[in-house]
Parts: sequence; C-alpha cells; structure tokens
Amino acid sequence: MKLQEFHARELLAAAGLPVPPGRVATSPAEAGTVARELLAAGARGVVVKAQVLVGGRGKAGGVKLAGTPEEAEQVAAQILGMTIKGIVVRKVLVAPASDIRHEYYLGAVLDRAAQRILVMGSAEGGVEIEQVAREKPDAIVRVHAHPHLGLLDYQARQVALALGLTGPYLADAVAIAKGLVRVMVENDADLVEVNPLAVVHERAADGTGIDRLVCLDAKITLDDSALTRHPDLEARRDLDEEDPADTEAREQEINFIHLDGSIGCLVNGAGLAMTTMDLVKRAGGEPANFLDIGGGAKAETVAAAMRLILADPKVRVILVNIFGGITRGDEVARGLVEARSRQERDVPMVVRIVGTNADEAGRILREASFQTAASLEAAAEQAVAAARALGAAAGGDGR
Amino acid sequence: MSILVGRDTRLVVQGITGREGEFHARQMQAYGTRIVGGTRFGKGGQRALDGTVPVFDTVHEAVREGGANTSVIYVPAPSAPDAILEAVDAGIQLIVCITERIPALDMLRVMPVVREAGARLIGPNCPGVTSPGRAKVGIIPGSIHREGPVGLVSRSGTLTYEVVQALTDAGLGQSTCVGIGGDPIIGTTHRDVLELFAADPETEAVVLIGEIGGSAEEEAAAWAAEHLRDVPRAAFIAGRTAPEGKRMGHAGAIISGGSGTATAKVAALEAAGFRVAETPGQIAQLLIDQGVRPQAVRAG
Repeated sequence: MKLQEFHARELLAAAGLPVPPGRVATSPAEAGTVARELLAAGARGVVVKAQVLVGGRGKAGGVKLAGTPEEAEQVAAQILGMTIKGIVVRKVLVAPASDIRHEYYLGAVLDRAAQRILVMGSAEGGVEIEQVAREKPDAIVRVHAHPHLGLLDYQARQVALALGLTGPYLADAVAIAKGLVRVMVENDADLVEVNPLAVVHERAADGTGIDRLVCLDAKITLDDSALTRHPDLEARRDLDEEDPADTEAREQEINFIHLDGSIGCLVNGAGLAMTTMDLVKRAGGEPANFLDIGGGAKAETVAAAMRLILADPKVRVILVNIFGGITRGDEVARGLVEARSRQERDVPMVVRIVGTNADEAGRILREASFQTAASLEAAAEQAVAAARALGAAAGGDGR
Repeated sequence: MSILVGRDTRLVVQGITGREGEFHARQMQAYGTRIVGGTRFGKGGQRALDGTVPVFDTVHEAVREGGANTSVIYVPAPSAPDAILEAVDAGIQLIVCITERIPALDMLRVMPVVREAGARLIGPNCPGVTSPGRAKVGIIPGSIHREGPVGLVSRSGTLTYEVVQALTDAGLGQSTCVGIGGDPIIGTTHRDVLELFAADPETEAVVLIGEIGGSAEEEAAAWAAEHLRDVPRAAFIAGRTAPEGKRMGHAGAIISGGSGTATAKVAALEAAGFRVAETPGQIAQLLIDQGVRPQAVRAG
C-alpha cells in the first residue's frame, strides 16, 4: 500500500527526522489558512502540492508556489479537483517554499536477492533513482543494513560521506539514514524514500538566515502482508483514490487488477491468472483484468468475482480457468451458475475446470449450458473468438 | 533418488489440529508420506488423523520421540516465523512453509538463523515439494504426478499443477517437483533447486517455471549456463502481459522501475540454453525435442 506524501511525512517526523512544517488541506479556504500560519512563522512563500498516489504531478501542474494566503487559496482552487493520470485531486499539502541550496537522494528498500534492507544514497537528488542507476550507476552508494542490528553508525557515516556532505550536515545525514531504516522496520515498509533530501536556506522570524538538511519529499510503500498488525496505517488508506472495484476486491480477499481489454478472466492462483492473461493476448485478444480468487474459494467468492468483472462495461466475454487443488471444481461451477442467474448483464462465458471434482463440475456446467474447454490454450482461443464474433456484430474489432 | 523429500522423510506437521493442517496431513498420509507427528502447543498427548499420529506440544518432542527430520508448516502468518525458528532449533534440516502473507521483514530476520543452522527452508507461501511415488510434503494434488526423470522448480501453485499435469499427460514423469513460493523473501531459490537437481542422478531434465518480479530466474539462468550444459531444460515465464508497478497476486510478482520483466527473464533463460515455452502445454514437447523420452501413457 502506497502512502500519501503527507502521511509519509508524518511517519518520518514521528521518528524524529527533520521534516519542514506543513499541513494537508481539502478546500481552498483551508489552504489559505495554512499558508497564513506558515507565512506568519517566517516562510518567504508556500508551495501547494497535490496529494495523489501517481507520479508526474509536477509536470501535470499539481505543484504551485504562492506568496500570499490569497494566492495560496487561488492555486489550491486550481489544483483541487484537477485530474492527474485519471485521479481527481481532493487534498493538497501546503508547506513553506524552500530556498534549496542542494538536493540529494536517500532511500531504504527491500533487496530481495540479498535478503537485506538496502540503503541507497546519491548526490543526484530530485531525479528518479532508477534513472540515476541507469545513467550513472557509480553515483549511487549502497549499504546493506544488518537484519538484526539495523543500519550501523559506521555504515550511515559511509553513506553521508559518499553524498559529499560536509561539516554539520554529516551528523544530520547519519541520523537521517539510520532513521529511514528505523521507519522502514517499525512500519513494515517495502520502501522509504526521501527525494529530495535537501540543504535549504531558512530565514527565522528575526531575519537571520540558517542552512538545514531536511526531508523535502517522502515516499513510503507498506508491505500489504503486514498491515494487519498496523491498524493505524491501514486507516490511512486513501479510499477516495481507490477504484470501488479494488475496495470490494480487497474486502472479498480477491486479487484483482483492472486492465484495458475486453476479456474478463476468473482464475485460481496468481501464476495461473497471469498465464491466462498471457494466453488471451497470444490468441489475439486483450485481457480486461487479472483476477485470482485464491485457494479454496467458495461459491460466494466466485459470485463476487463475477460482479467485479462485469462492473467493467468493456468486458464482452468471461474466461474462467480453474485448476482444482484445495479449490473444488464443483463449488466453483455452482458459484458460476448462481452468479449467472443473478447478473444484470449476460455475456458469453468459456469455462475450463480441471483437477479436484472436475467431473462433477463438468456435469453442472453442461446442465446449465455453459461453453466449456478442455485445455487452457483452447479456452483462451474460444474466448477470443467469442469476443471477435461480438465485435464484428457491433462493428468493432472485438478486442 | 529424487531431491529434498523421499522415502527417508519423517515428517512433523506443525499446526496439525488446524483446518488446513489436518486436511493436508490426511492427503499427505494417503499419498504414502510417513508422518511421525504433529504439533499444537497445549494439545500434546492427543492423537490426530484418526489416532494414527501423535500430537506433541513442541517440535523438539517430535524430533526426540518421533525422529522427525522434515517439517511442514500450516500455522497462520503471525505465528509462522516462530514456527520456522522452532523447527530450526529442534534440529530439523528441511522446513517447508506453506503459510502465506508473512511480512517480508519477518522473513528477513528469520533467514540468517535458518542459514546459520545449516537448515533449508522451502517457501513461505509455497505449495510444497513432491517426489512422485515417494513422498508429498505440502498441498500439491497427488493425482497429477507420475514417476520419471523431470525435475521441476516453480514460484507458483496452480500454474505448477497445470505444468505437472501436462508433463504427466505427455508421458513425462517427474523426479521431484519443488514449489519455492511467490514471496519476495524465500528460503530456497530457483538456482538452489537447480543445483540439487544437477547432483541427483535420477533427474535427467529440468523445467523452470518463473514469473515477473525480482531477478531469481536470471540468476538461475546464469548458473545453468555453466553447470547444466548437457541437461535438457525448458522454462516458462508468467506475466508477459502484466503492467508495471502492480503486484500480481504474489507479493513478489511486481515489475518495478523497469526491472523484473518477463521479456528480460525469457531472454536470460534462452541465452542460457533453456527452451522457453509460450504456453504451459508446449513444455513437454520442448523436452522431447531435446531427447527426453516419454514413457508409455498410462491407461486411465
């Protein structure tokens, strides 16, 4: 689960890391109020940032500067309600505008191959670390935290030195690097990224200037498998930004990912579900979704899966592929019959059920006049052919 | 021979009194796996599976009194890391963890302890290991196998069944099928299993089933290019159509920052001499093309 920037900042601040002040606002008036407070506290301006979980918000016009509370209110009015990559902006973060002297990158990520937390730092801040890794791999310092001891002081010092920091910033960077690993461990995160980590010039209320190392932007992704032990973090899930289908899928414990095609897929098992999509594509069609009903699914789960698939108006055909193990084929077949009797929209279905209780499943499906297929390859081809036939009738290409 | 599990397997089922544990323990026993005990803290002294299997409070007792050398874990995710560590401490050398949704950072802490003890962990979030005709440890349906020369290693569950069934239907039996699990942090990798197959005289060909995410398939390919030159080998990668940045069901199945794509894995495997199938049904023929001889297809 991805956290919004303002939530990520909260977790960093709670761990004692230097995060500039700022608050989230849901209306232009509220954004104006936050801006007034920040300006009164000495900020020379404010930045209003769209809070969305997709990248590229700056390019899309979702990040704007303002010099006065009135101006902050105006830009907030522009940003709130705008659409970035299909997501409507409902919240903005209002923070002091920073006088940035230098930008760095610092992040902690799960390194699967090494089975360690990997801390990465780079003096090339403000750009995506993947881009730096491709173009200047030597510009990234990498250190593995110990699985039981965490990131040790000397390792954090190596990172700070490699960033090219000097003087008082060295100690600050050591604390921040160790803090990132602590945030990752305490919250069961997959990724904790500060980009940029920046030296900013600040002016106190008395007019004196000071340079500080601060976490200007933060990105945190949580391990979905650990959310049950972090109810406070689960509560930060942004339902506004989630497709209602995704919310229902999560509640039904169905793995569901919406795609662009016309052939809905209902499968048990993640690997088999991906394979089913691949075979639809290979047969010349486009999958409408990835859907894994999990192991041992009951008839109700099957019915819920059918609802999810049919909620997408682009779906013309449904392909069901079940390899029974813990999942019983007859249970799925009964679920399909029941779901079809209740669904509002009738679409052709191609069903392939093998494994546990497949014979009984076959009997149920035949009695209910479902189109069945023997192999996965044949099922994919039949589904694509059915979509094409409908497409031709409707004057499209059926994909 | 076969690898990991076989006639010498003396199995303890951790969580034998739970719904999943009991169901699968029955299936394993019916397959012929020797189950020497089960564990459930507080139920020591009882008997499970119609009185045929003693229940112990601890894995240590199952080792001491039942001579257990292999464990399979069906306990819920919050207690699974502890179950793995208990098995390690009891001296179990092979631990198969079926449990899914164990937090990755828990596994990060568990793995060094497993390694230090010289034990092997399969999984978590895996379907287990079956050596056809000898022993089944996990949840893979017993009926899909037949004995034979093909060693199979896979990150998936039902996709593994699909491939095994297709091999069996084509007359290609298996020495051992190993489901290593779909999580980002797992105890045994594709490469580890290929190494075991390479040392097994009964395994004459290997099948590698992978999916998007991580770089384990590429690492296995690099090793195979050097060490499996004369071994017929085929592979299949799921997720050619998976979008970037989305977790495809398995916690480990995600393309991030352009890495972990099916295209890269297919290319690495082909460069290492694997014949890569486009569908699960093609795998058997790719092995036959490399000289693996099918056995007569069984009647019924």
